[in-house]
Amino acid sequence: MAAVQQGRSELGVALLLLVLGGWALIDAQQLDATAGTSGPVGPKTVPVAVGILLIVTAVLLAVDILRGGRGEQEAGEDVDLSHGSDWKTLGLLVAAFVANILLIDRLGWPVSGAVLFFGTTFALGSRHLIRNAIISIALSVGTWYLFNLGLGIALPVGILKGIL
Amino acid sequence: MDSLTELLNGFATAAHPTNLLYAFVGVLLGTAIGVLPGIGPAMTIALLLPLTYALEPTQAFIMFAGIYYGGMYGGSTTSILLNTPGESASVVTAIEGNKMARKGRAAAALATAAIGSFIAGTLGTLALALVAPAVVTVAIKMGAPDYFAVMVLAFIAVTTVLGSSKIRGLAALAIGLLVGTIGIDPTSGQQRLTLGLPELADGIDVVVVAVGLFAVGEALWIAAHLRRTPAEIITVGAARMTREDWRRSWKPWLRGTAIGFPFGAIPAGGAEIPTFLSYVTEKKLSKHPEEFGQGAIEGVAGPEATNNASAAGGLVPLLTLGIPTTATAAVMLGAFQGYGIQPGPRLLETQPELVWGLVASLFIGNVILLALNLPLAPMWAKLLRIPRPYLYAGILFFASIGAYAANLSTFDLWLLLILGALGFGMRRFGLPVVPAIIGIILGPTAEEQLRRALQLSDGHVSGLANTWFSKIVYVVILLVLIVPPIVTRLRTREPVKVGD
Repeated sequence: MAAVQQGRSELGVALLLLVLGGWALIDAQQLDATAGTSGPVGPKTVPVAVGILLIVTAVLLAVDILRGGRGEQEAGEDVDLSHGSDWKTLGLLVAAFVANILLIDRLGWPVSGAVLFFGTTFALGSRHLIRNAIISIALSVGTWYLFNLGLGIALPVGILKGIL
Repeated sequence: MDSLTELLNGFATAAHPTNLLYAFVGVLLGTAIGVLPGIGPAMTIALLLPLTYALEPTQAFIMFAGIYYGGMYGGSTTSILLNTPGESASVVTAIEGNKMARKGRAAAALATAAIGSFIAGTLGTLALALVAPAVVTVAIKMGAPDYFAVMVLAFIAVTTVLGSSKIRGLAALAIGLLVGTIGIDPTSGQQRLTLGLPELADGIDVVVVAVGLFAVGEALWIAAHLRRTPAEIITVGAARMTREDWRRSWKPWLRGTAIGFPFGAIPAGGAEIPTFLSYVTEKKLSKHPEEFGQGAIEGVAGPEATNNASAAGGLVPLLTLGIPTTATAAVMLGAFQGYGIQPGPRLLETQPELVWGLVASLFIGNVILLALNLPLAPMWAKLLRIPRPYLYAGILFFASIGAYAANLSTFDLWLLLILGALGFGMRRFGLPVVPAIIGIILGPTAEEQLRRALQLSDGHVSGLANTWFSKIVYVVILLVLIVPPIVTRLRTREPVKVGD
């Protein structure tokens, strides 16, 4: 049962490769092959070749999967493969990541970075809320100073303008 | 000028107090971050790239030299004390190293790794200094067909050697080549695969690619499968070896260096094969073969030396041809390009201060590494106990700041998330990440050489193999493709039916 499901999601990879290959081929059609080129190989050649390569690997991969081939999930020090993907953790993690993207230009990095760090520690199961909040703020304010003063890269200051 | 004079000038550059400081900071940060579980040297460099934005290229690469060796040594520490390393080059080290650590010999394992890395790194860097100018005299005569052939070799080697499934390696390479094509075609000025988004016109920034695939992909993958019971970590005192350990280590160090450097210098898929070769060699030559698998010090000394020598060897094609053979080298190449510097045969001529300063810093970095690591081993071991929520939150935090700082645009953060999702999917479905990264970074250069070669031959495909050098390379490619399957078939002459 699990094996069948795994096979089905693996076929999704082949499908993705197929879609990417199709995209490369379709996009290549709008290119003017003669524009500004001095050689026989124009701007189209490589996208077309890559598109074909993607479609060929999609087919080969599908054949491999149907014959029972399975991709090997990556192991690691902190990885426990005995259970499936934990979608709740992942969802919270992505939410924290997106929150930073949406907030960074409005509220500034010192706030959005802290939200990102606090959110990810929470998603990963840490419940020392006060300690985490202090670490988050220290990190985001600290990196803001490091980048702005130390490296000369102007990370957005946002609502804390005039305070920092 | 001969290379020794150049090297002395390099030392003059590197020994400047500010540059020494950068080398020191590089080693310290590289080791500290490399020690953290799940972070290999390529990710270490990618995450630390933003710190060098404000620096001059020479200073930035002096710092990279430190990060490079520091990150690698950090990875060995992790594999000895924790087992199951994230980085393929340290896999072999973990076999005996972790067994030694479990028997209470962690200090000796760490010491033989540190001293072996030092010796191999120093000899390897010396070989780099001597070999690179010689390679340049050959490389300067290489034409577009030759370059294209070597790049094809790099693509083929990295896809067929790494990972257990060649199809999945090829799929990863194809994805990488596709991502590398995104942006304005430099010859005709037309937008390719940009979806009409102006932010994609210049292609995807290398920091975003590397950090997305390695750091964000890894953090998401681990977060989804986080081990709820903390891994067992072995406590250790200062790294030291007995006289007996020295006696058993010095030959494997030298043999490892001899195996690692040439393998690193050719595009053969990184340190996996040479470290394994070194392990097998030591097992065969050892007077204590029965100790192998139980924690034999030769099994740590040899592969660790090999790993470092191969890293030094990998800088030869990177600096003289502009061709990366490992993920780490690919990220370094991206860093060079970020400064508008294209590594290649002319680099030694146009940027002698940078190249020789970098080489000299590798020597200096090695010394700092040894000085830091022998006494500080217990401190690095403590870093392994960092609570996992903080570790992975930190990776996402610094990945975001790095990607954003590259262009100060939230668009890059969305890209980072998409590439992170791609990295997650690749880990989930067994697609190796390294071919993708090599494809992204080397793809555009390969296209340029392909076009140039065919332009010279007026469109005849024969123009791709009209030099003796390119012919030899294509023969090597054929061998790489044909020999391993034949060897496998001969070994398993009886076709084994896999039951399930």
